[in-house]
Amino acid sequence: MSFTLPPLPYAIDALEPYISAKTLEFHHGKHHQAYVTNVNNLIVGTEFENANLETIIKKAEGGIFNNGAQVYNHTFYFEQFSPKAATEPSGALKAAIEKSFGSFDAFKEAFTKAAATLFGSGWVWLVKDATGALSIVQTSNAGCPLRDGLTPLMTCDVWEHAYYLDKQNLRPKYIEDFWKILDWKVVEGRF
Amino acid sequence: MSFELTKLPYAYDALEPYIDAQTMEIHHQKHHGAYTNNLNAAVQGTAMEGKTIEQLLAGISALPVAVRNNGGGFYNHNLYWEIMAPGGAPAPEGDLAKAIDAAFGSYKEFKDAFTKAALTRFGSGWAWLVKQGDSLVISSTPNQDNPLMDLAEVKGTPILGVDVWEHAYYLKYQNRRPDYVEAFFSVINWDEVAKRFKG
Repeated sequence: MSFTLPPLPYAIDALEPYISAKTLEFHHGKHHQAYVTNVNNLIVGTEFENANLETIIKKAEGGIFNNGAQVYNHTFYFEQFSPKAATEPSGALKAAIEKSFGSFDAFKEAFTKAAATLFGSGWVWLVKDATGALSIVQTSNAGCPLRDGLTPLMTCDVWEHAYYLDKQNLRPKYIEDFWKILDWKVVEGRF
Repeated sequence: MSFELTKLPYAYDALEPYIDAQTMEIHHQKHHGAYTNNLNAAVQGTAMEGKTIEQLLAGISALPVAVRNNGGGFYNHNLYWEIMAPGGAPAPEGDLAKAIDAAFGSYKEFKDAFTKAALTRFGSGWAWLVKQGDSLVISSTPNQDNPLMDLAEVKGTPILGVDVWEHAYYLKYQNRRPDYVEAFFSVINWDEVAKRFKG
Protein backbone atom coordinates (compact mmCIF):
# COMPACT_ATOMS: atom_id res chain seq x y z
CA MET A 1 0.00 0.00 0.00
CA SER A 2 1.03 3.56 -0.53
CA PHE A 3 1.30 5.94 2.39
CA THR A 4 0.24 9.57 2.35
CA LEU A 5 1.33 12.51 4.46
CA PRO A 6 -1.37 13.25 7.04
CA PRO A 7 -2.15 16.98 7.25
CA LEU A 8 -1.27 18.77 10.48
CA PRO A 9 -4.30 18.82 12.81
CA TYR A 10 -3.81 22.58 13.32
CA ALA A 11 -2.67 25.63 11.36
CA ILE A 12 1.02 25.87 10.48
CA ASP A 13 1.47 28.82 12.87
CA ALA A 14 -0.74 27.41 15.64
CA LEU A 15 2.14 26.42 17.90
CA GLU A 16 3.86 29.83 17.81
CA PRO A 17 5.87 31.03 19.65
CA TYR A 18 6.91 27.62 20.99
CA ILE A 19 7.39 25.94 17.62
CA SER A 20 7.55 28.34 14.69
CA ALA A 21 5.60 28.08 11.44
CA LYS A 22 8.93 27.93 9.62
CA THR A 23 10.05 24.92 11.64
CA LEU A 24 6.75 23.15 10.98
CA GLU A 25 6.90 23.96 7.28
CA PHE A 26 10.19 22.11 7.01
CA HIS A 27 9.53 19.46 9.62
CA HIS A 28 6.14 18.45 8.24
CA GLY A 29 6.32 19.64 4.65
CA LYS A 30 9.87 18.48 3.89
CA HIS A 31 11.18 15.94 6.43
CA HIS A 32 7.93 14.08 7.13
CA GLN A 33 7.01 14.24 3.44
CA ALA A 34 10.42 12.85 2.43
CA TYR A 35 10.03 9.87 4.76
CA VAL A 36 6.60 9.15 3.18
CA THR A 37 7.99 9.43 -0.35
CA ASN A 38 11.05 7.33 0.48
CA VAL A 39 9.18 4.48 2.14
CA ASN A 40 6.69 4.37 -0.75
CA ASN A 41 9.56 4.05 -3.21
CA LEU A 42 11.52 1.53 -1.15
CA ILE A 43 8.70 -0.97 -0.52
CA VAL A 44 7.92 -1.50 -4.20
CA GLY A 45 8.63 -5.11 -5.11
CA THR A 46 9.44 -6.13 -1.53
CA GLU A 47 7.54 -8.21 1.03
CA PHE A 48 6.46 -4.92 2.60
CA GLU A 49 4.68 -3.61 -0.50
CA ASN A 50 1.25 -4.17 1.08
CA ALA A 51 2.28 -4.00 4.74
CA ASN A 52 1.03 -1.43 7.21
CA LEU A 53 3.41 0.80 9.18
CA GLU A 54 3.25 -1.34 12.29
CA THR A 55 4.42 -4.41 10.37
CA ILE A 56 7.21 -2.39 8.75
CA ILE A 57 8.32 -1.09 12.16
CA LYS A 58 8.32 -4.56 13.68
CA LYS A 59 9.95 -6.48 10.82
CA ALA A 60 11.79 -4.27 8.32
CA GLU A 61 15.46 -3.28 8.38
CA GLY A 62 17.58 -0.57 6.80
CA GLY A 63 15.96 2.12 4.68
CA ILE A 64 12.46 0.64 4.79
CA PHE A 65 12.53 0.57 8.58
CA ASN A 66 14.11 4.02 8.88
CA ASN A 67 11.65 5.75 6.60
CA GLY A 68 8.59 3.76 7.67
CA ALA A 69 9.27 4.32 11.37
CA GLN A 70 9.91 8.03 10.76
CA VAL A 71 6.51 8.31 9.04
CA TYR A 72 4.87 6.80 12.12
CA ASN A 73 6.98 8.73 14.64
CA HIS A 74 6.30 12.11 13.07
CA THR A 75 2.56 11.53 12.69
CA PHE A 76 2.48 10.49 16.34
CA TYR A 77 4.50 13.58 17.32
CA PHE A 78 2.49 16.18 15.38
CA GLU A 79 -0.86 14.79 16.54
CA GLN A 80 -0.12 15.31 20.23
CA PHE A 81 0.19 19.12 20.10
CA SER A 82 -2.46 21.75 20.46
CA PRO A 83 -2.37 25.54 20.82
CA LYS A 84 -4.91 25.04 23.62
CA ALA A 85 -3.24 22.08 25.24
CA ALA A 86 -4.32 20.50 28.51
CA THR A 87 -0.90 20.85 30.14
CA GLU A 88 -1.38 18.20 32.81
CA PRO A 89 -2.73 14.66 32.72
CA SER A 90 -5.89 13.72 34.60
CA GLY A 91 -7.86 10.65 35.60
CA ALA A 92 -6.47 7.16 35.05
CA LEU A 93 -3.39 8.41 33.18
CA LYS A 94 -2.51 10.76 36.01
CA ALA A 95 -2.84 7.88 38.47
CA ALA A 96 -0.67 5.63 36.28
CA ILE A 97 2.04 8.31 36.03
CA GLU A 98 2.02 8.79 39.78
CA LYS A 99 2.24 5.04 40.31
CA SER A 100 5.20 4.63 37.97
CA PHE A 101 7.13 7.84 38.69
CA GLY A 102 5.94 9.02 42.11
CA SER A 103 4.45 12.29 40.85
CA PHE A 104 3.79 14.20 37.65
CA ASP A 105 6.68 16.53 38.47
CA ALA A 106 9.06 13.61 38.97
CA PHE A 107 7.95 12.16 35.63
CA LYS A 108 8.41 15.50 33.89
CA GLU A 109 11.87 15.88 35.33
CA ALA A 110 12.92 12.37 34.28
CA PHE A 111 11.51 12.78 30.78
CA THR A 112 13.19 16.17 30.36
CA LYS A 113 16.50 14.68 31.40
CA ALA A 114 16.10 11.76 28.98
CA ALA A 115 15.35 14.19 26.15
CA ALA A 116 18.24 16.50 27.00
CA THR A 117 20.82 13.72 27.26
CA LEU A 118 19.99 11.59 24.22
CA PHE A 119 23.18 11.92 22.18
CA GLY A 120 22.72 12.53 18.47
CA SER A 121 19.37 12.16 16.68
CA GLY A 122 16.42 10.33 18.16
CA TRP A 123 13.25 10.28 20.18
CA VAL A 124 12.21 10.08 23.81
CA TRP A 125 8.98 8.29 24.64
CA LEU A 126 6.51 7.69 27.40
CA VAL A 127 5.44 4.08 26.90
CA LYS A 128 3.13 1.50 28.43
CA ASP A 129 4.13 -2.15 28.68
CA ALA A 130 1.96 -5.27 28.66
CA THR A 131 1.35 -5.03 32.41
CA GLY A 132 0.15 -1.43 32.12
CA ALA A 133 3.26 0.02 33.77
CA LEU A 134 4.65 3.25 32.32
CA SER A 135 8.27 4.02 31.57
CA ILE A 136 10.50 6.42 29.64
CA VAL A 137 12.58 5.11 26.75
CA GLN A 138 15.10 6.73 24.42
CA THR A 139 15.46 5.56 20.82
CA SER A 140 18.18 6.53 18.37
CA ASN A 141 17.48 7.87 14.90
CA ALA A 142 14.22 6.26 13.67
CA GLY A 143 13.82 3.89 16.62
CA CYS A 144 10.22 3.24 17.70
CA PRO A 145 8.99 1.43 20.84
CA LEU A 146 6.44 -0.56 18.81
CA ARG A 147 9.36 -2.68 17.66
CA ASP A 148 9.91 -3.80 21.26
CA GLY A 149 6.25 -4.55 21.91
CA LEU A 150 5.68 -1.34 23.89
CA THR A 151 2.75 1.02 23.43
CA PRO A 152 3.90 4.61 22.84
CA LEU A 153 1.83 7.28 24.61
CA MET A 154 3.74 10.44 23.74
CA THR A 155 7.09 11.45 22.29
CA CYS A 156 9.60 14.24 21.94
CA ASP A 157 11.60 14.48 18.72
CA VAL A 158 15.17 15.49 19.53
CA TRP A 159 16.55 15.38 16.01
CA GLU A 160 18.12 18.82 15.57
CA HIS A 161 15.74 19.56 12.69
CA ALA A 162 12.89 19.64 15.25
CA TYR A 163 14.27 22.77 16.91
CA TYR A 164 17.37 24.14 15.24
CA LEU A 165 15.72 27.02 13.35
CA ASP A 166 14.05 28.22 16.55
CA LYS A 167 16.51 27.30 19.29
CA GLN A 168 19.82 26.31 17.62
CA ASN A 169 21.97 24.45 20.16
CA LEU A 170 19.56 25.15 23.03
CA ARG A 171 17.79 21.81 23.16
CA PRO A 172 16.73 22.34 26.82
CA LYS A 173 14.79 25.45 25.78
CA TYR A 174 12.97 23.43 23.11
CA ILE A 175 12.03 20.77 25.66
CA GLU A 176 10.79 23.45 28.07
CA ASP A 177 8.52 24.82 25.32
CA PHE A 178 7.45 21.30 24.31
CA TRP A 179 5.56 20.95 27.61
CA LYS A 180 3.50 24.08 26.85
CA ILE A 181 1.89 22.64 23.71
CA LEU A 182 1.77 18.94 24.56
CA ASP A 183 -1.93 18.13 24.85
CA TRP A 184 -2.47 15.58 27.59
CA LYS A 185 -6.04 15.02 26.33
CA VAL A 186 -4.48 13.36 23.25
CA VAL A 187 -2.13 11.31 25.42
CA GLU A 188 -5.06 10.19 27.58
CA GLY A 189 -6.87 9.02 24.45
CA ARG A 190 -3.85 6.86 23.55
CA PHE A 191 -3.64 5.53 27.11
CA MET B 1 46.51 19.65 31.19
CA SER B 2 43.07 20.17 29.82
CA PHE B 3 41.76 20.26 26.27
CA GLU B 4 41.26 23.69 24.78
CA LEU B 5 38.88 25.00 22.19
CA THR B 6 41.22 26.34 19.52
CA LYS B 7 40.43 29.40 17.47
CA LEU B 8 39.36 28.90 13.90
CA PRO B 9 42.20 29.45 11.39
CA TYR B 10 39.96 31.96 9.56
CA ALA B 11 37.10 34.35 10.31
CA TYR B 12 33.57 33.07 10.95
CA ASP B 13 32.41 34.58 7.66
CA ALA B 14 35.40 33.32 5.65
CA LEU B 15 33.54 30.35 4.18
CA GLU B 16 30.56 32.40 2.96
CA PRO B 17 28.46 31.79 0.92
CA TYR B 18 29.07 28.05 1.28
CA ILE B 19 28.89 27.95 5.06
CA ASP B 20 27.40 31.02 6.71
CA ALA B 21 28.94 32.98 9.57
CA GLN B 22 26.08 32.33 11.98
CA THR B 23 26.38 28.58 11.50
CA MET B 24 30.15 28.72 11.95
CA GLU B 25 29.94 30.79 15.11
CA ILE B 26 27.34 28.60 16.83
CA HIS B 27 28.98 25.43 15.59
CA HIS B 28 32.39 26.44 16.91
CA GLN B 29 31.55 28.33 20.10
CA LYS B 30 28.52 26.40 21.28
CA HIS B 31 28.74 22.88 19.90
CA HIS B 32 32.51 22.43 19.76
CA GLY B 33 32.83 24.44 22.97
CA ALA B 34 30.40 22.12 24.76
CA TYR B 35 32.22 18.99 23.58
CA THR B 36 35.48 20.46 24.84
CA ASN B 37 34.06 21.38 28.25
CA ASN B 38 32.28 18.05 28.63
CA LEU B 39 35.41 16.12 27.63
CA ASN B 40 37.43 17.95 30.27
CA ALA B 41 34.76 17.27 32.88
CA ALA B 42 34.72 13.56 31.95
CA VAL B 43 38.50 13.02 32.24
CA GLN B 44 39.28 15.38 35.12
CA GLY B 45 40.49 13.59 38.22
CA THR B 46 40.63 10.19 36.50
CA ALA B 47 43.46 8.05 35.11
CA MET B 48 42.54 9.48 31.68
CA GLU B 49 43.73 12.95 32.64
CA GLY B 50 46.90 13.93 30.78
CA LYS B 51 46.42 11.49 27.91
CA THR B 52 46.32 12.87 24.38
CA ILE B 53 43.06 12.81 22.48
CA GLU B 54 44.54 10.22 20.11
CA GLN B 55 45.43 7.97 23.05
CA LEU B 56 41.91 8.24 24.43
CA LEU B 57 40.30 7.48 21.06
CA ALA B 58 42.53 4.45 20.45
CA GLY B 59 41.20 2.77 23.59
CA ILE B 60 37.73 4.27 23.60
CA SER B 61 35.82 0.97 23.88
CA ALA B 62 37.03 0.64 27.48
CA LEU B 63 36.23 4.26 28.45
CA PRO B 64 32.99 5.93 29.60
CA VAL B 65 30.50 6.88 26.90
CA ALA B 66 30.91 10.57 27.81
CA VAL B 67 34.54 10.36 26.66
CA ARG B 68 33.53 8.63 23.43
CA ASN B 69 30.89 11.24 22.64
CA ASN B 70 32.73 14.35 23.74
CA GLY B 71 36.24 13.19 22.86
CA GLY B 72 35.01 12.32 19.39
CA GLY B 73 33.24 15.66 19.14
CA PHE B 74 36.38 17.49 20.26
CA TYR B 75 38.67 15.71 17.76
CA ASN B 76 36.26 15.65 14.82
CA HIS B 77 35.55 19.36 14.90
CA ASN B 78 39.24 20.22 15.17
CA LEU B 79 39.80 18.25 11.99
CA TYR B 80 36.75 19.72 10.27
CA TRP B 81 37.79 23.36 10.83
CA GLU B 82 41.33 22.66 9.63
CA ILE B 83 40.45 20.81 6.44
CA MET B 84 38.34 23.76 5.30
CA ALA B 85 39.59 27.14 4.06
CA PRO B 86 38.35 29.92 1.85
CA GLY B 87 39.56 29.80 -1.74
CA GLY B 88 41.31 26.44 -1.56
CA ALA B 89 42.48 24.41 -4.54
CA PRO B 90 39.54 22.95 -6.51
CA ALA B 91 40.96 19.43 -6.36
CA PRO B 92 43.81 17.49 -4.78
CA GLU B 93 47.25 17.48 -6.41
CA GLY B 94 50.47 15.48 -6.29
CA ASP B 95 50.75 12.25 -4.30
CA LEU B 96 47.30 12.65 -2.77
CA ALA B 97 45.73 13.00 -6.23
CA LYS B 98 47.56 9.85 -7.33
CA ALA B 99 46.40 7.94 -4.26
CA ILE B 100 42.80 9.07 -4.86
CA ASP B 101 42.98 7.94 -8.48
CA ALA B 102 44.48 4.62 -7.41
CA ALA B 103 41.80 4.01 -4.79
CA PHE B 104 38.70 5.32 -6.54
CA GLY B 105 39.54 5.56 -10.26
CA SER B 106 39.33 9.34 -10.52
CA TYR B 107 38.62 12.45 -8.48
CA LYS B 108 35.07 12.46 -9.83
CA GLU B 109 34.50 8.90 -8.64
CA PHE B 110 35.98 9.76 -5.25
CA LYS B 111 33.70 12.77 -4.96
CA ASP B 112 30.63 10.70 -5.87
CA ALA B 113 31.49 7.98 -3.34
CA PHE B 114 32.29 10.45 -0.56
CA THR B 115 29.07 12.37 -1.27
CA LYS B 116 27.08 9.14 -1.18
CA ALA B 117 28.60 8.23 2.20
CA ALA B 118 27.67 11.68 3.54
CA LEU B 119 24.10 11.55 2.21
CA THR B 120 23.30 8.01 3.31
CA ARG B 121 24.51 8.39 6.90
CA PHE B 122 21.09 8.25 8.58
CA GLY B 123 20.79 10.54 11.59
CA SER B 124 23.82 12.38 12.97
CA GLY B 125 27.39 11.54 12.02
CA TRP B 126 30.36 12.03 9.73
CA ALA B 127 31.70 10.82 6.40
CA TRP B 128 35.45 10.28 6.14
CA LEU B 129 38.33 9.84 3.77
CA VAL B 130 40.55 7.45 5.69
CA LYS B 131 44.23 6.63 5.23
CA GLN B 132 45.08 2.97 5.73
CA GLY B 133 48.81 2.55 5.12
CA ASP B 134 49.39 3.98 1.65
CA SER B 135 45.82 3.38 0.62
CA LEU B 136 42.58 5.36 0.98
CA VAL B 137 39.05 4.30 1.82
CA ILE B 138 35.76 6.11 2.45
CA SER B 139 33.66 5.41 5.51
CA SER B 140 30.99 6.98 7.67
CA THR B 141 30.41 6.87 11.41
CA PRO B 142 27.39 7.61 13.62
CA ASN B 143 27.24 10.53 16.04
CA GLN B 144 30.78 11.59 17.08
CA ASP B 145 32.56 8.30 16.40
CA ASN B 146 35.58 8.34 14.08
CA PRO B 147 38.08 6.00 12.40
CA LEU B 148 40.67 6.48 15.18
CA MET B 149 38.37 4.71 17.65
CA ASP B 150 39.13 1.06 18.32
CA LEU B 151 35.43 0.32 17.93
CA ALA B 152 35.11 1.85 14.43
CA GLU B 153 34.08 -0.54 11.66
CA VAL B 154 36.63 1.07 9.34
CA LYS B 155 39.81 2.03 11.21
CA GLY B 156 42.60 4.30 10.04
CA THR B 157 43.67 7.93 10.02
CA PRO B 158 40.97 10.36 8.93
CA ILE B 159 42.40 12.96 6.52
CA LEU B 160 39.11 14.54 5.41
CA GLY B 161 35.75 14.60 7.17
CA VAL B 162 32.37 16.20 6.61
CA ASP B 163 30.04 16.79 9.54
CA VAL B 164 26.50 15.70 8.68
CA TRP B 165 24.91 16.48 12.01
CA GLU B 166 22.01 18.78 11.15
CA HIS B 167 23.60 21.54 13.25
CA ALA B 168 26.36 21.77 10.61
CA TYR B 169 23.96 22.97 7.93
CA TYR B 170 20.40 23.47 9.13
CA LEU B 171 20.35 27.27 9.46
CA LYS B 172 21.37 27.70 5.82
CA TYR B 173 20.32 24.50 4.08
CA GLN B 174 17.54 23.07 6.33
CA ASN B 175 16.60 19.64 4.96
CA ARG B 176 18.83 20.00 1.88
CA ARG B 177 21.87 18.02 3.01
CA PRO B 178 22.91 17.38 -0.62
CA ASP B 179 23.32 21.14 -1.20
CA TYR B 180 25.49 21.43 1.92
CA VAL B 181 27.73 18.53 0.91
CA GLU B 182 28.14 20.00 -2.58
CA ALA B 183 29.03 23.37 -1.03
CA PHE B 184 31.51 21.69 1.31
CA PHE B 185 33.58 20.64 -1.72
CA SER B 186 34.06 24.34 -2.53
CA VAL B 187 35.81 25.01 0.78
CA ILE B 188 38.01 21.92 1.21
CA ASN B 189 41.58 22.87 2.08
CA TRP B 190 43.35 20.26 -0.08
CA ASP B 191 46.79 21.44 1.09
CA GLU B 192 45.84 20.47 4.65
CA VAL B 193 44.38 17.15 3.51
CA ALA B 194 47.63 16.43 1.60
CA LYS B 195 49.63 17.26 4.73
CA ARG B 196 47.59 14.77 6.74
CA PHE B 197 47.99 12.19 3.96
CA LYS B 198 51.78 12.52 4.16
CA GLY B 199 51.43 12.03 7.93
